[in-house]
Amino acid sequence: MSEPVVWLTIFVLSVFVGIEVISKVSSTLHTPLMSGANAIHGVILLGAILVTGAAESTVAVAVGVVAVVLATVNMVGGFVVTDRMLQMFVRRPPRQPQEPRS
Amino acid sequence: MTPTWAQLAYLVAAVCFILALKGLSSPKTARRGNLVGAFGAVLACAIVFFAEDLDNLMPILIAIVVGTVVGVVGARRVQMTQMPQLVALFNGVGGGAAALVALLELDELSRFAEAHIARFDMAATGFTILVGAVSFSGSLVTFAKLQELMTTRPVVFPGLPVAFGAALLASVGLSATLVFEPNLSWGIVLAFVGLALGVLLVLPVGGADVPIVISLLNAFTGLAVAAGGYVLGNAVLLVAGTLVGASGTLLTKLMATAMGRSLFNTLFGALKGGSTLGAGEASDRPVRSAGPQDIAILLGYANRVIVVPGYGLAVAQAQHTLRELVDVLGEKGIVVDYAIHPVAGRMPGHMNVLLAEAQVPYEQLKEMDEINGDFKHADVVLVVGANDVVNPAAKTTPGAPIYGMPILNADEAGQVIFMKRSMRPGFAGIENELLFDPKTTLLFGDAKDTMSKLLTAVKAL
Repeated sequence: MSEPVVWLTIFVLSVFVGIEVISKVSSTLHTPLMSGANAIHGVILLGAILVTGAAESTVAVAVGVVAVVLATVNMVGGFVVTDRMLQMFVRRPPRQPQEPRS
Repeated sequence: MTPTWAQLAYLVAAVCFILALKGLSSPKTARRGNLVGAFGAVLACAIVFFAEDLDNLMPILIAIVVGTVVGVVGARRVQMTQMPQLVALFNGVGGGAAALVALLELDELSRFAEAHIARFDMAATGFTILVGAVSFSGSLVTFAKLQELMTTRPVVFPGLPVAFGAALLASVGLSATLVFEPNLSWGIVLAFVGLALGVLLVLPVGGADVPIVISLLNAFTGLAVAAGGYVLGNAVLLVAGTLVGASGTLLTKLMATAMGRSLFNTLFGALKGGSTLGAGEASDRPVRSAGPQDIAILLGYANRVIVVPGYGLAVAQAQHTLRELVDVLGEKGIVVDYAIHPVAGRMPGHMNVLLAEAQVPYEQLKEMDEINGDFKHADVVLVVGANDVVNPAAKTTPGAPIYGMPILNADEAGQVIFMKRSMRPGFAGIENELLFDPKTTLLFGDAKDTMSKLLTAVKAL
């Protein structure tokens, strides 16, 4: 396989995995799930670190530092706020094993 | 070249993200899922320091510390009621970061001789800049709407469709230019067009639909990150971004279905006109109102009561007093349940979080499908700080912004009590006919204050 095709393969497979893993989510969890997914794309921090680490001019470093701050806020804040939301769900009595649906 | 051990570690991180999403979609595993995701993200970002030869380490580390402090403080300090706008804000800064990363990469790439740059790389770079910028500005507008820094009603002006079309064409044109002429200036112009496009996209969206748009922008940021991963040749970014993009798109669709809205209508409904029903002002039509004593008697002598909690309840922090009231009614042998609309609060599931915080027992929370048949047997429905979710216009008035949204059938109950601060319409900005119904009684005042008066009155019965 040529390199672009490898990337395309990863992309297409990821699309299917992404759809498949959340297809059975209950509506009570929509908000935490959105928040958690939001935190996951904060991993752009990795990209921000890479480009800042390769930056040469002062301007580029400055822009990179801004990107690192923004990405860190996204990632760290996202996971912390999702955890806060989910703490509320855990306190529930485990009497009902499944979402009561009629 | 990234060493093999690092690439394998990236693979571990990518698997963590898949497990995180999987865990987050079931109540029992949700919290663990989130922690697994956090572990993956931290792992991926730690590896890069050891795997790559980085300059500017000091500024990077300081920036990470600053970002961590801001993120943790923001996430801890925020009121649970304001959480949707915080998520919007976090999503926006992520999109902004993706756009900046792509701009820096473009700067780097455009220094090389043009012939060496793959066209597809440039297309992906342009895509990241554009979509990241759209997500950034769009999220800021949704934040402003939810925080009520601006009107929550759809903002439409005559030239808006033209401006939107022009911005869209400009972004396509600029992206094409970028592919054949990689140049930082074009990239910066593209970023600004993206910012304008994001604002124009979100302005016409009405308040009640904002959660759907947040979810959509979340998916956008995911795709921007995925494209950024391709540009940087980093597989974990590609996988993480694509996962969020795909699951976010599905989640957006699920949310829209839960609200009975199509995505197209959510985004462009206001442009077609006809959704300006109700001027968004307080009406002066006569309503029947009563004091806490009268309402206490209504509640105290009922057999079956259903509480419909809304965002107003949470804003007034009255959920604890409400729980006490329900407990007292329960001691009197009255059957009381909470009817939770899927979008009660500001986002799907938001009300469950808010009531769980007030330690309302899970069994008392009934989902819409489960309880909608019970309203006709209920003697009294107590609507606290909710409005749109019981508005019969969703069933009876084609053309209303909420038309087609499934609602709680509060209008079928014997008596309806609205606890409201004023006659101001709900978040969707439309008048509620149920308020003027003969069987409706209004109890005006701040929810917390009135609720404690009501509690005292019910105890004294």
